[in-house]
Amino acid sequence: MRGLVSLVLTLVVLVVVTFLLLKLSPIDPALARVGDHASRSAYLQMRQELALDASWPLQLSRYFGRLFHGDLGVSLSSGQPVADDLRRVWPATAELATLAMAVSTILGLALATIAVRRVGRLSDGLIRLISLVGNSVPIFWLGLIALLVFYARLQWVGGPGRLDDAYEYTIAMPTGVVLFDAWRSGMPGALVSALSHLVLPVLMLTAYAIGNVTRLSRTTLLKEMTQEYVTLARAKGAGELRVLLHHVLPNAAALILTALALTYASLLEGAVLVETVFARPGLGRYLTTALFGGDLPAILGATLLIGACFIVLNGLTDLLVRLVDPRAR
Amino acid sequence: MSGHTAAARFGLLVIAMFLVVSLAAPWLASFDPLLQEIGDRLQPPSLHHWLGTDGLGRDVLSRLIYGTRLTLGLAAFVAALMVPIGLTLGILSGHFGGWIDWVLSGLTNIVMAFPQLILALAFVGALGPGLPNVALALVLTGWPAYARLARAETQLLRRTDYIAAAQMLGIVGPRLLFGHVLPACVPALRVRLALDLAGIILAAAALGFLGLGVRPPTPEWGTMVAEGGKVVFDQWWIAAAPGTAVLLASLAFNCLADGLRDRE
Repeated sequence: MRGLVSLVLTLVVLVVVTFLLLKLSPIDPALARVGDHASRSAYLQMRQELALDASWPLQLSRYFGRLFHGDLGVSLSSGQPVADDLRRVWPATAELATLAMAVSTILGLALATIAVRRVGRLSDGLIRLISLVGNSVPIFWLGLIALLVFYARLQWVGGPGRLDDAYEYTIAMPTGVVLFDAWRSGMPGALVSALSHLVLPVLMLTAYAIGNVTRLSRTTLLKEMTQEYVTLARAKGAGELRVLLHHVLPNAAALILTALALTYASLLEGAVLVETVFARPGLGRYLTTALFGGDLPAILGATLLIGACFIVLNGLTDLLVRLVDPRAR
Repeated sequence: MSGHTAAARFGLLVIAMFLVVSLAAPWLASFDPLLQEIGDRLQPPSLHHWLGTDGLGRDVLSRLIYGTRLTLGLAAFVAALMVPIGLTLGILSGHFGGWIDWVLSGLTNIVMAFPQLILALAFVGALGPGLPNVALALVLTGWPAYARLARAETQLLRRTDYIAAAQMLGIVGPRLLFGHVLPACVPALRVRLALDLAGIILAAAALGFLGLGVRPPTPEWGTMVAEGGKVVFDQWWIAAAPGTAVLLASLAFNCLADGLRDRE
């Protein structure tokens, strides 16, 4: 209950922050809508329509009201409601982040398990190196270098974009999830193309996330390994793998799950950069395009959506932990 | 154990190197970072231009050297604002408790749940590109970690003998809080700060890469990566060099944090 209250409060503050940004911005929303060459009367009419001369509290309450109805305003560059734009682009980002999360979870947990089973200088050092470099590398630059090596020079994978040009304009994209749409198109080449364009972005995001996953899982597993129940299980003749999977993992699950949820939230941020480097249509690219166009409704709409996902993921971890770990109930 | 000390040493060494480079930039750089020699554009690395030249014929190494000033300056500026704000709020919250604590730690938790990079993007997008807005965004989203840290430390201290002794000597108010409570927060603070400086360097470079940092032609690492990115398939060194600098600077602070964390 407490968690829920603070979750809602945080979301409300997020809305207030975006409202303040809207008000403090030097961009005049009415002028942006009607254009520089509009007549004065058209400009004044737009100001009236957008209720820009009302008091701030009144405007804020209207802002909340519109948000409740899913109205995020109209994008200046696409001319479409921002909510419709976002609905179109978010599946691509969710696909990218989820795939990266799956890869980093599997790899990260495997690495952590190996490191725990062979505690020693080499594996410890390796894990530390991975997490240090993973946390330090500018992901947008790594993406560029990966494109140079694996696409331009070695030609192992597809380049920027989500599909080869031959498919980009021929297959329908009803869901926006490129793997699903490519599979639905019935063309085997489309699916292969989608996969080859996905490999590098997913790996880049994995590089972004794997350091945290590995380090946190390793710390948690190590702490559990020194508990007495582990000694008991070993004394009863359980093999190391059995100890790890049947005894340690259930106890460590809650903390590891928290780490994973936090990592997933941070992947949404990483996706903004990766989508820009790889020119993949998605939430992040929508946001950066809007930033260049000074398209304020689109900027704030995308910020609200990504921010809300981030906050909800953060807030839900408590709930998740209680579901998984009976001790926390 | 020795590995951690080595990491911290490596971190300190690299940070010291960047500091020297930024102070001595005018002597180290052999070219004006803004000088455009269009005839010499996109040159590969040579004895004349060690790291080659960019799309406008500017010397990449000289721009890299001057870029150090901007990156370190921004990181120092953000830290100088964010740390005092966070510490003050945290100490007040931990010391006074009650409704002050309720409001302040509520605010801390809320801001802490915000996505830093996205909020920084929104700030710069709404208020206009440029360094001051980048710094403002990073400060506004960065302080809660310090508030939380100082609050926890203050609450622990409140019941210790040495604070009681100080109070009995008549030391109260700001002098108690900042003379006796604050120093106790320093060890935990150092680790956090080193981690955050690494993060600030990455975030600033990311904003520069997206074209939201300093205005051209000022040399900035993230912006240089973006400029080099346009020709990365043919002249890869233009993007590779500034990216490596970002990696090294961020890695240095992360290594320092890693070493400091294990000393405790």
